[in-house]
Amino acid sequence: MTPLVQVEGLRKSYGDRVVLDDVDLCVDKHDVICLIGSSGSGKSTLLRCLNLLEEIDDGVIRFDGREISDPRVEPREVRKRVGMVFQAYNLFPHLSVLENCTLSPRRVHGVPRAEAEQRARELLERFGLAEHETQHPDRLSGGQQQRVALVRALCTQPELLLLDEITAALDPELVGDVLASVRDLAAAGTTMLLATHEMAFARDVATRVCFLDQGRILEQGPPEQVLAEPREERTRQFLRRVLPG
Amino acid sequence: MPSEREQERRRLRRTLRLRSVLIASTLMVAVVGALVVGLVSSPGWERFRQTFFSWPDARASFPAIADGFWLNVQLFMICEVLILVVGLAVALARQARSPWLAPLRLLAVVYVDLFRGVPTVLLVLMLGFGMPALGLQGVPISGFFWAGVALVLSYGAYVAEVFRSGIESIHPSQLSSADALGLSRAQAMRFVVVPQAVRRVAPPLLNDFVSLQKDTALVSVVAVFDAVFAARDYTAFNFNFTPYVVVALFFIALTIPLARATDWLGRQALERERAGAR
Repeated sequence: MTPLVQVEGLRKSYGDRVVLDDVDLCVDKHDVICLIGSSGSGKSTLLRCLNLLEEIDDGVIRFDGREISDPRVEPREVRKRVGMVFQAYNLFPHLSVLENCTLSPRRVHGVPRAEAEQRARELLERFGLAEHETQHPDRLSGGQQQRVALVRALCTQPELLLLDEITAALDPELVGDVLASVRDLAAAGTTMLLATHEMAFARDVATRVCFLDQGRILEQGPPEQVLAEPREERTRQFLRRVLPG
Repeated sequence: MPSEREQERRRLRRTLRLRSVLIASTLMVAVVGALVVGLVSSPGWERFRQTFFSWPDARASFPAIADGFWLNVQLFMICEVLILVVGLAVALARQARSPWLAPLRLLAVVYVDLFRGVPTVLLVLMLGFGMPALGLQGVPISGFFWAGVALVLSYGAYVAEVFRSGIESIHPSQLSSADALGLSRAQAMRFVVVPQAVRRVAPPLLNDFVSLQKDTALVSVVAVFDAVFAARDYTAFNFNFTPYVVVALFFIALTIPLARATDWLGRQALERERAGAR
């Protein structure tokens, strides 16, 4: 079976600053991969490279067996199949919750309005947001907004979901709601790649954890290994700082 | 050293870029070419060319137009400063919350409503001919003076609204933190809100000034010998419209640098405010 995403020797720099350096990564269908590491280690940039929000400086990215790092590839074709949720929600403030969720299905995927709305309502219902569909995003709490952003990404039925520190901007008491939603998705077999600082969550849900340091994947493996018995000294240092006790 | 594949990719990106440049330039040439051909092949082209693009007439009218244009530039420079002062003062008056200043607030509202609603050319006509006609002692009778006043009043109202929208766009949390630091409302405006607002509205303000540069041509309606008046004068005697084209070129030469400056400032502001946001 071809892996869903295959990254080889990925390199990305902003001017002289190298953000990603010789990154190799393989994501199979139904994988849930957590990227951990301090801020500035390149987690977000890696996610942004995967749906072609960033132009890469070297290496190859394959999606479903096809090279998407080729300049001739139309980025929109890739983005149609990949969903992304941002740290700061990035909902459209001028559209209602339902309109946020149906925009792409209707305009990009050509789904008829009634069908798009029905699918969006089902998902909103499932994530406990049914009563807010007519409201505008700024009326909602941070946790609710982030769950709307998650639903918006899911409405296009993506084959891969990229989650960029989606709980980092939330109050601690709201983090749980959002993570519970992601947990449900993982249980349903959604393929996900997420940058996160939630180690407990990574331990429970991830099929694999990657530790990034200065733009490199320093080590990767099953969570019980990377989080409990890391091989690298840098990983141990990082975990000592973020794990309580 | 980039890999073989990356070098190949860069070559490909260059080719793709080159192709877009090629498409753009070909289209540009085609469109401009079609327009020129359409113009030149029109039945009246020869006559049109003689009345609008006559080189001898352009040369003959040039000195008078250049003299007149200096008047436009002076008017612009003087008005610009006064408009900024009037505009900011009116915007602040509209923002005043103290009960003592209520009459001032009302006055500001009436002023903006009135002067933004009246066409500038009417203001110039009414003030330029009306005020000297009063025959009051000490009231200037110069058309230049009253046309300037009309421009300041008209543009002051526009600029006041630009400033006001800038002031209102500053997030209330800025006022809260100024309050929390013990600043008075006037101090908060002076040191916190207005500096941020001015930076934010600089691009639309410059846009208004580009417009003002052109509207200095309105003084010609009250017989001030500016560039447009000079051109009209020449046209009336020689039955040739080339001087109008000359005046247009003068104004374009003046507005283009300001327009570029506006673009540049706008970009700067955007980059500053969105630094790091992706």
